[in-house]
Amino acid sequence: MTHLSEETLILHYYGEENDTPAPEGTLAVERHLEECGECRALYGSLVRTLNMVDALPVPERGEDYGARVWERIEPGLPARRRWLGFTLPPLRWAAAGVALAGLLVAAFFAGRFYPGTRPTPAITAKAPDAQGPERILLVAVGDYLERSQMVLVELANTTAKGPVDISAEQERAGDLVAETRLYRQTAAHTGDTRIDSVLEELERVLVDIKNQPSRMTPRALEELRQRLEAEGIIFKIRVLGANVRSRETTAAERAGSKL
Amino acid sequence: MTDLAMVARVRAGDADAYRVLVERHSRTLFRLAYRMTGNEHDAEDVVQESFLRAYRQLGRFDERASFGTWLYRIAVNCSLDLVRARKRRGEITASADPEMDDPLSTAAAPDPAPDRMAMSGEVRERLSGAMNELSASERTAFVLRHFEGMRIEEVGRVLGCQPGAAKHSVFRAVQKLRRALEPLGSAR
Repeated sequence: MTHLSEETLILHYYGEENDTPAPEGTLAVERHLEECGECRALYGSLVRTLNMVDALPVPERGEDYGARVWERIEPGLPARRRWLGFTLPPLRWAAAGVALAGLLVAAFFAGRFYPGTRPTPAITAKAPDAQGPERILLVAVGDYLERSQMVLVELANTTAKGPVDISAEQERAGDLVAETRLYRQTAAHTGDTRIDSVLEELERVLVDIKNQPSRMTPRALEELRQRLEAEGIIFKIRVLGANVRSRETTAAERAGSKL
Repeated sequence: MTDLAMVARVRAGDADAYRVLVERHSRTLFRLAYRMTGNEHDAEDVVQESFLRAYRQLGRFDERASFGTWLYRIAVNCSLDLVRARKRRGEITASADPEMDDPLSTAAAPDPAPDRMAMSGEVRERLSGAMNELSASERTAFVLRHFEGMRIEEVGRVLGCQPGAAKHSVFRAVQKLRRALEPLGSAR
């Protein structure tokens, strides 16, 4: 008598043996189990094991769990709501307006940090009123560029003989992509094509890093390094970052002289 | 309203529609994440991260697919990322400290008999150890097939592999678990 394989018995347990080619359909397996003590013992062992695994409990989450999750993640969601949320409840319009204004100011300063960018007259007129937000935004933009640079530099400097786990860098790249899009949208809003173009390059690189397999081969790492060098993206970020820091210092001095 | 209809609303700029999807899928995702990571705190983190990632990647979601399956895949990846990062940092895992946040530590009856406590402790340790011996793909395939009741073909879709590969991951997982737990089962 030909015995049933353990694989067939596992499929039988899950009721999927009919998905495999004949002759091991449900009826055939059951008939065999009735007749064969050895296979019946093996199947019994399998059932006992899986019943034991079934004792694994999961802590209960109440009906309101989804609402609690939403409360926690909502502040961290990218700015889709702020740009496109025309269905916002009326009471949130004020907050959305403040956020939008902040982003426009950010675009203004970001646009001015990049060499050769011409500020528009309309925005220039707003600048003197924006000393406080200016410094805050400078810090935020500076921090964003620094974090982007760190991810790229870490990957560019990684040398390995075997596959490298880059899941932590991918996670950081994913977060940065969302921020990049926010700044790009802002730049596009103010017509700052130069800043948009640098951020577009950065976004492409970050998205590619994020979409790599989490274990990167030495060859893929080398290709990434060559690409970073060829596009000069780290250099461009450094230039932009230096301009941001310089602008931050000026803004702080300006604010200090007014006190 | 269906998931796809809600996705369309989110894409059209109605972020509040995303709240419905979060509320609809949170508990399922928590259960999956808990099975995958083995502790509540990590599972909570995975649920939140999964929804954040899904929101960011919504533009890439193919509407011909099931939103639930797509979300599952993201949650599975988040869980795997977390487990790998934890292992890389050498943090304490459920198997290393079975009393802490271990899935089975909450299984005991309110007032268990001493022999039951001894057995559940042994089962817990063996099961935790056996689960941690599974490779990432084996553990994922097993959790999806056994606990979530997905058919193997669907498991393959979530894992992004052929059904045959998913099937073999399930086989290997069950075989390893049986080898580890069989002595306990036969002692009963």
